[in-house]
Amino acid sequence: MSVRHALLALLSAGPKYGFQLRQEFEASTGDVWPLNVGQVYSTLQRLEHAGHIESDDSAADSPQKSFRITPEGEKELDHWLRTPPDMTSPPRDQLVIKVLSALVVPGIDVRDVIQVHRRYLVELMQMWTRLKEDEAEFDLTLALVVDAELFRLDSVIRWLDAAGGRLQRAVIDPPIPSTVPLLRRRIVVRR
Amino acid sequence: MSFLELRKVTKFYGEGAAQVRAIEDVELSVDRGALVAVMGPSGSGKSTLLTIAGSLEEPTSGEVLIEGAPLSKMSRNDKARLRRRTIGYVFQDFNLLAGLTAVENVSLPLELDGVSAKRAYATGMAALEELGLADLATRYPDELSGGERQRASIARAVVGERHLLLADEPSGALDSTNGEAVMRMIHAACKRGVAAVVVTHDAHLASWADRVVFLRDGRVVDQTSPPPSPESLLAPAPEP
Repeated sequence: MSVRHALLALLSAGPKYGFQLRQEFEASTGDVWPLNVGQVYSTLQRLEHAGHIESDDSAADSPQKSFRITPEGEKELDHWLRTPPDMTSPPRDQLVIKVLSALVVPGIDVRDVIQVHRRYLVELMQMWTRLKEDEAEFDLTLALVVDAELFRLDSVIRWLDAAGGRLQRAVIDPPIPSTVPLLRRRIVVRR
Repeated sequence: MSFLELRKVTKFYGEGAAQVRAIEDVELSVDRGALVAVMGPSGSGKSTLLTIAGSLEEPTSGEVLIEGAPLSKMSRNDKARLRRRTIGYVFQDFNLLAGLTAVENVSLPLELDGVSAKRAYATGMAALEELGLADLATRYPDELSGGERQRASIARAVVGERHLLLADEPSGALDSTNGEAVMRMIHAACKRGVAAVVVTHDAHLASWADRVVFLRDGRVVDQTSPPPSPESLLAPAPEP
């Protein structure tokens, strides 16, 4: 989460005070990411230093100090919005490691391990859905944040479902060891 | 007392070497106002569970009770009456009759049960209104979008005094926005006292349920605990 760029996005709509930026940041992230005042001012200082924003110097260090985005800041914001985050290599995922580890532990039914994690994830999804049901129908930003979390959790459940299916097929029809050089050795895991 | 109860329900198809076990020793109870989701992969027995719960099929062994009454003690006519009056079904492919308008589809089960055409129509309209479909009441199914058709089929499932809603992948063919609208409606019906069972492989749908039951190879292997308050998902406010 780039607080720097989120603040630039808020300033792109017009000049704002520091305390106002904090309130608008929290509202724009569905109140899911709280931010303290210290973080806001230190980030604003860095942005000012980089020439991405400028302030009304006459009210230095006052809560009434107003900030506005510069043309360089607008360029930086546009570049950030259009640059996809690095998702080329799989993250080192604890859950994947647990399931892979369970495969080599004698006497463990991996499907039971998978089910424990599936239940936990579904319970989390139930909580997010409650939040959406209670609040998000009338709050677009919260609905978007909750959807992002629901889809993230759902993708993990889908992986668990696929892993369960693959394991079941492997019991019935064990895979034949491949003679092709192993591609997997070249998969780099993000740390 | 649970509105729907399955006690040690087992269903086998075929005989001898060709016998296939669909579900085995399934226990499930659903109270009035509760939404229960049954999750599991294809072939885990979800749809069999639903058809047996809805008296569309008989179990090989075990018992299904609706409002405390065992289905095995009911005559065919009693079960047919139960399906008309008490149980509503929602299918993935909507199952609306193409030659009838939305309101005619919704009021048909009431007419079949002997309610006058006028009263059935008024009750059907009320059910459509409750689901925000009153404006589309006189349209035919092929004049409705997929989401609207599914909403009409939910109205049909809960029309009149039907208090048990059984849904099989109710948003299977819909996009996520329409799928959510369908689950909101089923959830709203539960808040009015309907007991609902939704079978699905989709965690998004299941997450609307009060309880999620997991099926594997025809057996219930797990279920969720009641979810804590969603407040715990929100980070505490930082120190100023």
